[in-house]
Amino acid sequence: MKKIVAIEDLDNIRKIGLKKLMPDVPRAAVGLATCGIAAGGNIVYEKLKETFEKEKVDVYLTKTGCFGICHSEPIVNVRLPGKPLVLFSEVKPEDVSEIVKMVKEQSIDEQRALCKIEEWDHIIPEHPIFYGKGFNGIPLWNELPFFAYQKKLVMRNAGIINPEDIEEYIAVGGYYALFKALKEFMPDEVIEEVKRSGLRGRGGAGFPTGLKWSFARREKSDIKYIICNADEGDPGAYMNRNEMESDPHMVIEGMIIGAYAIGASEGFIYVRAEYPLAIERLSKAIADARAYGLLGENILGTGFSFDIHIARGAGAFVCGEETALIASLEGNAGRPRKRPPFPAQKGLFGKPTNINNVETWCNIAPIIQKGAEFFEKIGTEKSKGTKVFSLVGKVKRTGLVEVPLGTPLKTIVYDIGGGATNGKKVKAVQTGGPSGGCIPESLFDTPVDYERLAEAGSIMGSGGIVVMDEETCMVDTAKYFLEFAVDESCGKCTPCREGTYQMLNILKKITEGKGTRAELSLLEKTARVVKLTSLCGLGQTAPNPVLTTLKYFKEEYIEHIDEKRCPALVCRALINYFINPDACRGCTICARNCPVEAIDGKPGYVHIIDQDRCIKCGTCMEVCNFGAVVKLSGEKIETPLFPVPVKRG
Amino acid sequence: MDKQGIIKIVEKYKCDAGKLLNVLEDIQKEEGYLSEVSLKNVSSVLGIPLTKIYSVATFYSFFNLKPVGAHIVTVCMGTACHVKGAFQVLEALEDLLGVKPGETTEDGKFMLTTKDRKFTVNTARCFGACSMAPVIMVDGKIYGYVNAKKLPLILKEYGWGVKNEKDSSDRRP
Ligand SMILES: Cc1cc2nc3c(=O)[nH]c(=O)nc-3n(C[C@H](O)[C@H](O)[C@H](O)COP(=O)(O)O)c2cc1C
Ligand code: FES
Repeated sequence: MKKIVAIEDLDNIRKIGLKKLMPDVPRAAVGLATCGIAAGGNIVYEKLKETFEKEKVDVYLTKTGCFGICHSEPIVNVRLPGKPLVLFSEVKPEDVSEIVKMVKEQSIDEQRALCKIEEWDHIIPEHPIFYGKGFNGIPLWNELPFFAYQKKLVMRNAGIINPEDIEEYIAVGGYYALFKALKEFMPDEVIEEVKRSGLRGRGGAGFPTGLKWSFARREKSDIKYIICNADEGDPGAYMNRNEMESDPHMVIEGMIIGAYAIGASEGFIYVRAEYPLAIERLSKAIADARAYGLLGENILGTGFSFDIHIARGAGAFVCGEETALIASLEGNAGRPRKRPPFPAQKGLFGKPTNINNVETWCNIAPIIQKGAEFFEKIGTEKSKGTKVFSLVGKVKRTGLVEVPLGTPLKTIVYDIGGGATNGKKVKAVQTGGPSGGCIPESLFDTPVDYERLAEAGSIMGSGGIVVMDEETCMVDTAKYFLEFAVDESCGKCTPCREGTYQMLNILKKITEGKGTRAELSLLEKTARVVKLTSLCGLGQTAPNPVLTTLKYFKEEYIEHIDEKRCPALVCRALINYFINPDACRGCTICARNCPVEAIDGKPGYVHIIDQDRCIKCGTCMEVCNFGAVVKLSGEKIETPLFPVPVKRG
Repeated sequence: MDKQGIIKIVEKYKCDAGKLLNVLEDIQKEEGYLSEVSLKNVSSVLGIPLTKIYSVATFYSFFNLKPVGAHIVTVCMGTACHVKGAFQVLEALEDLLGVKPGETTEDGKFMLTTKDRKFTVNTARCFGACSMAPVIMVDGKIYGYVNAKKLPLILKEYGWGVKNEKDSSDRRP
């Protein structure tokens, strides 16, 4: 393959890529990131392929990544020549014939479509790409509430281009920023540009990226490394997965520019083992970039050499911490060490190392291509740019949402997410994962940026937003995160290893209704000690879920302690299931499904739950077709002692 | 795995950083777990003391040091799945497969294998499919929006026993 050296080489590939993106024949693309595949997107893809072939339809069938609207997967987008890109949601295998018909007859069923894209700012090219106009009956993509408040900077290509095709990435302006950086900028100028943009690390702590680069830059060493932190350990957060699966070249381009700025010759992407598809797509992207001379020796003919390797994690949360990650890369158990020295001075194999989160790397190309001013205009005074959040939990519209920093929580939860499911009330959101905290609904005016979330006692973290409703118990939530911390603590320092364990014991007692008020203050005290004295960020932040729930939801703790009641009906020791004798029809379904045979009854008779045998699994409630099973905490309803004939009526 | 097989895997990884984990993961991918023999052979091929390899293999939760069943069912216990009832899914799964709940192996990992060695149940921290919580994974394939009613249908795809099927049809009409 001809290596890219001159701008004409890049322009030529761009033309080829644009022909794939906007071919003279219809193009159909199925969203095949992990979420799309799990929803059955690959079956839809196979069926489309088969049907197109059978009916000899002239079409360019391909795949894309995820457009972020995960609750509507599988997504298929169709573009007829000269027309807008039309997105179809929830496409089932049985809908395939419908899509094939539209492509074949080149006429779109406007009722079936979700939205359309007429032009799209892929950020990097000078001009937005114009896909076409028409289809007045279909709303524009950003007329949907889910997208109306979003700004797609990091997800500029996700769900539109084929992530496995480097030519499509170049078609939308990919690798032009690299070209510019290597041919027009001195390394220090790149760093200066990143500094001026105000970009801060997206891995959690929000450290200014340009400043961090300058530390590694000024170290003198024969060899320097850069690392992309793709460990994404925060459960409930999956934006990094999507960034790698849907637009892997964006990560790679950012890393090459960073390596040039810092003077690194080797780079590593440390990906968690749970992300096999990301690993596969990154590997292909790296190989393709090498083939075009964008990685390896003498990149773009400039004399600068740099290569990237992939290393897999193996299921340890603490390995997301930078010093632990480095230990892991060196082939050790991933335990953190004291800083300083910082990785910029002594990192991988003792050499200067710069480590950034996946999403941090994703922001580099637009900053270089469009300039610091472009980036600096987005966001708040101290938090610039956008952030991708994974909006999950008990919210109507789940998915990946990218908003300018400073967007209030209520916009994200209500306007974008559509509020709670099943008409319930939203109680809180959890941000920042095990290191973050719970923010109550009353504080939803809080703009989401690094400082304001910290003021509320939480952190931005990697960007997980888990919505909780009235059926989520905050004591149980605190317990959940502490179990996580106890499991994941590497055991090196005492406060984290022992402190979190003691805290968990107290929380367990409280959720079982055996806690006391004295233990509640001990819990709070221990939390503060662990926070102040732990070695690494894991221990220092592990108490946050406890501290924030104590701050905002203390009354729930008190109810568990004083009244032995779990208001959210979650803590098993404090709830009971009863069968309402007035609603029971004596159908026996509950008794047949009870795993411990705790239900007494026979056909036509009111069933009764033996409270001593019941393990409170809730199966009876799930299977009852008459809503006769009720769940209560701290109260009960009158039930007969023996099965009696059901009331007819 | 014998030394020959391990040498083949090692050759794929030119770079020292990340090599050990990559090699161990590839072995596990092929054999389902890391046997004592495999660990000893890795030690002699890579020239790394066995104690260190053992410390790595036990530190990371991804590695199994015991044989696993023919199909691995992993329940996500991440935050999004937790608030959407992952624990109930795990319980229902244990009930359907007839494995005793709450058992862990000596090294504290949660892993249950059915008597006929057809299924192993374990847990994970998040597959990154949180929008479809609760989520389970069977042999690498992800299933979203799982509940007690859907589980038997999913398990059937993996040859969930005829015998079990019968008593389930009795129990779940
Ligand atoms: C316990 C713990 C877990 C972490 N997990 C991650 C992670 O999964 N991904 C990540 O990018 N950073 C994680 N970090 C932060 C990293 O240590 C580091 O600050 C980050 O990768 C730097 O990149 P940035 O400057 O681009 O944010 C974690 C930190 C701690 C203390
Ligand atoms: S929390 Fe279960 S897939 Fe992410």
